[in-house]
Amino acid sequence: MTGPVITWALGFGFAALGLALALNLWRLFKGPGVADRILALDTMVINAIGIIVLAGIANGEGTSFEAAMLLAMVGFVGTVAYCKFLLRGDIIE
Amino acid sequence: MIGSVSLPELLASALIVLGASFALIGSWGLVRLPSLMERLHGPTKASTLGLGAMLVGSIIFFQLVKGEWTTHELLVSLFLFVTAPIAANMIAKVHLHRLRLGEQSGPAGPPAAPRDGSEWATYKAPEEGAPGWFPDE
Repeated sequence: MTGPVITWALGFGFAALGLALALNLWRLFKGPGVADRILALDTMVINAIGIIVLAGIANGEGTSFEAAMLLAMVGFVGTVAYCKFLLRGDIIE
Repeated sequence: MIGSVSLPELLASALIVLGASFALIGSWGLVRLPSLMERLHGPTKASTLGLGAMLVGSIIFFQLVKGEWTTHELLVSLFLFVTAPIAANMIAKVHLHRLRLGEQSGPAGPPAAPRDGSEWATYKAPEEGAPGWFPDE
């Protein structure tokens, strides 16, 4: 059912997302500010969701989308918690 | 059919390539742009456009393979559309407060103050009765 075109597209997608994750890691270590590091972590979560979606397509299973959904939720809560802690010195007041 | 490739497969492949390209360009913007306020633009577009295109490609692919329409990809997409601006707003507020504490900005310099000469609203103390206001302070 799956032809050569979709295999090539998935290979390109995995390579592009892997390179994107490496670029995010560079920004995470380089900084210079705390906000840059939070943004890099947030973008890493987005790219990891993309890799999970592509892995779900490559396996031909629909079960990996729950993982993508959970990662989207936890990533957002984590970003907001980092920001809230830096802004207020507390996460839940 | 185009040659031996069916049209839905071609469409799904095009959407996957488009989405992965957007994600890569967003991360490249995160590395390349000079200050945080500009860096915020890249990844927020990558999360909405890039992941959105990949998820629509996945819907079309599962329609092609299993012959049934799946909707939980749309749920992920909808959640990201709602949360991406909120996360970007929080990161921008953190950046403004860190600048006021003396953190150095990038080569583009700090963001300009609001045009009417007033301060950023996030620097102001909470007004009486607003969330975050405590009577004993």
